[in-house]
Amino acid sequence: MTALAEAPAPEVRRGGSPARPLRMLVGIVGICVVAWLTANIFLSLAYYPQWYFHNRILMAVVGMIAGLGGAALLFYFINVFIESLPQRLSQGLIPYAFVLPALGLIGLMLIYPTVQTINYSFANNDSTRYVGFDNYVSIFQDPAFWLALSNNALWLLIVPALTVAIGIAVALFPDRLSARGEKISKSLIFLPMAVSFVGASTIWGVLIYSANPNIGILNAILGSSIDWIQEDTARLNSLLMMVILIWMQSGFAMVLLSGAIKGVPEETLEAARLDGASEPQVFFQVIIPQIKGTIITVFITVVILVLKVFDIIYVLTNGNYRTNVIALMFFQELFTQGRAGRASAIVVVLLLLVTPILIYQVRHYRKEQAQ
Amino acid sequence: MTALTDAPRLAKKSKRQPSYMKDGRPRSWTSIIVMIVLVILWSIPTFGLLVSSFRSREAVASSGWWTAVFNPVEQGWTLDNYAGVLEGSNMGTGFLNTLVVSVPATILPIMFAAFAAYAFTFMFFPGKEVLFVVIVAVMVVPIQVALQPMLYLLGPYGLGISGQFVAIWLLHTGFGMPLCLYTLRNYMSTLPTSVVESAKIDGASHYQTFWRLVAPMSMPAMAAFATLQFLWVWNDLLIAKLFLLPTNATVIVQLQQLLGTQGQGAELLTAGAFISMALPILVFVFLQRFFVRGLTSGAVKG
Repeated sequence: MTALAEAPAPEVRRGGSPARPLRMLVGIVGICVVAWLTANIFLSLAYYPQWYFHNRILMAVVGMIAGLGGAALLFYFINVFIESLPQRLSQGLIPYAFVLPALGLIGLMLIYPTVQTINYSFANNDSTRYVGFDNYVSIFQDPAFWLALSNNALWLLIVPALTVAIGIAVALFPDRLSARGEKISKSLIFLPMAVSFVGASTIWGVLIYSANPNIGILNAILGSSIDWIQEDTARLNSLLMMVILIWMQSGFAMVLLSGAIKGVPEETLEAARLDGASEPQVFFQVIIPQIKGTIITVFITVVILVLKVFDIIYVLTNGNYRTNVIALMFFQELFTQGRAGRASAIVVVLLLLVTPILIYQVRHYRKEQAQ
Repeated sequence: MTALTDAPRLAKKSKRQPSYMKDGRPRSWTSIIVMIVLVILWSIPTFGLLVSSFRSREAVASSGWWTAVFNPVEQGWTLDNYAGVLEGSNMGTGFLNTLVVSVPATILPIMFAAFAAYAFTFMFFPGKEVLFVVIVAVMVVPIQVALQPMLYLLGPYGLGISGQFVAIWLLHTGFGMPLCLYTLRNYMSTLPTSVVESAKIDGASHYQTFWRLVAPMSMPAMAAFATLQFLWVWNDLLIAKLFLLPTNATVIVQLQQLLGTQGQGAELLTAGAFISMALPILVFVFLQRFFVRGLTSGAVKG
C-alpha cells in the first residue's frame, strides 16, 4: 500500500508552484486508505480476537504497529496532500494538519464527554429523558453526599499541606548528605510513588492497620487489637487513609522541592547571612520566597489528586464507616447503582470544585507566556 | 561554590571536629541520622510486604513479620503464596494483560502529541494561543467527567469495543494527551529555533524536519513522559475496572478483587500485591532520572 502510494509521486521541485493534482490525488487516496485500514485493524482486534489466535502479546504488537504506523502514514499523506496545494494555501494548512489528530482525540475523549456529562446530569438514570434539576436536588438532600463532601474538605485541608510540609522538611536534609547517600535516600523515600493506590492500600490495610496484632504493626506497637479501618471516632479511619496518600506523595514533593532549593542562588543566602540573618530566617525569608512557584505546583498537584482519589477508600472501606468521598460516591452511583443521572450530577460538582484551580492554571500559563 | 561557602559555617556551628566527605563538605550527622530514620519509616511498609509474602498463612497469623526478620529460623518460609496467586487467581495472565494495556497506551499518545507539539512550537497559525490554553485547562479536568459518556460511546450501543484492549488504549491515549502535549511543547520550546529555520532554508518539509531533527532531539522529554504514563497506566484501577472484560483484567483489578475476598485469601494478598508492584518498581528504579524530569516538566495532571 505504501509502495503503491509512493510510486506515482513525481519528483517536482517545490517552490511557489501552483496546485499539483496528481500529488493531491495520492494524498487523498493515501489518507483514506490509511484511515480505513487503521480503523479496521483496531476494530478487528476488538471483534475478532480469534484472528490473532487470542494471543494477547500478538494483539498488543499489532495494535502498536497499527497505531504508530497508521499515525505516521496518516501524517505523511496529509503532508503530501497539503504540499500539493498552491503554496500560499498549504503554508496556512500544515499547522492544522499536525495539530488536528491530537486535538481531535482531546475533543473526543475529554471535551465532548465533559459537555455530555453536564447534559446527562439533567437527565434520568438511563439518560433517556430530561428531569431538570432533580438529580441535583436529590444529591443535595442526601446526607451521604454531604458526608462525602465533608470528608473531601478534610482531605483537602490536611493532605496537600502536610505533603508539602513534609516535602520541604525532608528536602533540606538529603542536600547535606554525600552525593551517593542523597541519591539512595531520595530513591527510597520516592519509591512509594511507583506503587499503585491499590497496592499501597493493601500494604497499609494489611500490614499496618490490621486488627490482628500479629499482622498489623500499629496494634503490635500499642498492644491493642483495634480494627483501625472501622474506627470512625473523630474520623480516625479517614485520617489513617490520608497517611497512605501522604506516604505515597511526599517523595514526589521532596524531589521537586529539593530541586528548587538547589536552584536558589548561593549569593542570596550569603548576602542574608552577612546581614546577620539566623539560619531559620534565611530559610523562611530567603529560600521559601524563591521556591514559592514550586511549592504552589506541588500543592496544586496534590489538591487535584486528592479530589480524584477514590481507590484507597474504595479498596479499604468501600465508603463505609463514614469515609466516603465524592469521587468514590460517583463510582458507586455509576457502577454499582447504575444511576447515570445522579452520578453525572456528582461529577459536575467535582468539576465545579476544580474550576478555581483550572482558572488559576490558565492565568498562570498566560502570565508565563507574556514574559 | 556551595562546598566552599558551606564548610566554614557548619564547622563553626558544631563544636566537634567535623569529618569531611569526599567532595570537601563537612559530614552532617544530623542529616545522616534524620535521613536514616525517614528512610526506615518510609520503607517499613514495603519491606514488611516482601517479608510477609514469603511466609505461610499460619506463620503470618501467629507471629509478626518483624519477629521473622529478627529470628528467621523456622518461620514458615514458603513460595506457596506466589504459586497460589499465579495459578489460582490467574495473576500470570493478569500480568500479561497489564503489559498489553500499558505499552501501547504509553507510546500512542506520544506519537500524536509530538506532531502537535511541533506545530505549537515551530509554526504560526491563527488560534494557536487559544488552542493551547484549552489544553492547559483540560489538563486539570478530572477524568471521572469523561467516564459516563465514554461508556455509552464505546459500549454495546456505540462502537461496541468496550471491554477490549482497544478501548482502553484509546482512553489512555486521550487522557494522557494534554499532559504529553504540554510536556513536549515545553521541551521543544527550549530547542534552538535556528536549527528548524536552517532546515527550512535547505528545502526540508515540516514532516522531514520533524522526523529527522525535532523528534530525535526531543527524546529526553518523550522518555520522561513515557515513564510517567507507563506507571500511571499500569497502576490505574478506575479505567481498567470500567472498560475491561474480566478475562482482560489487569493485575491491579485482580488485586482489588483479592482484597474484597479477604477472609480466605489473606496470604495470597501479599504475594499478589508484590507481583503487581514488581514491574513499576523496576521501571522506577531504572528510569528514575526520566521520571523526575517528567514530573518537573508538567507536574499537573487531571
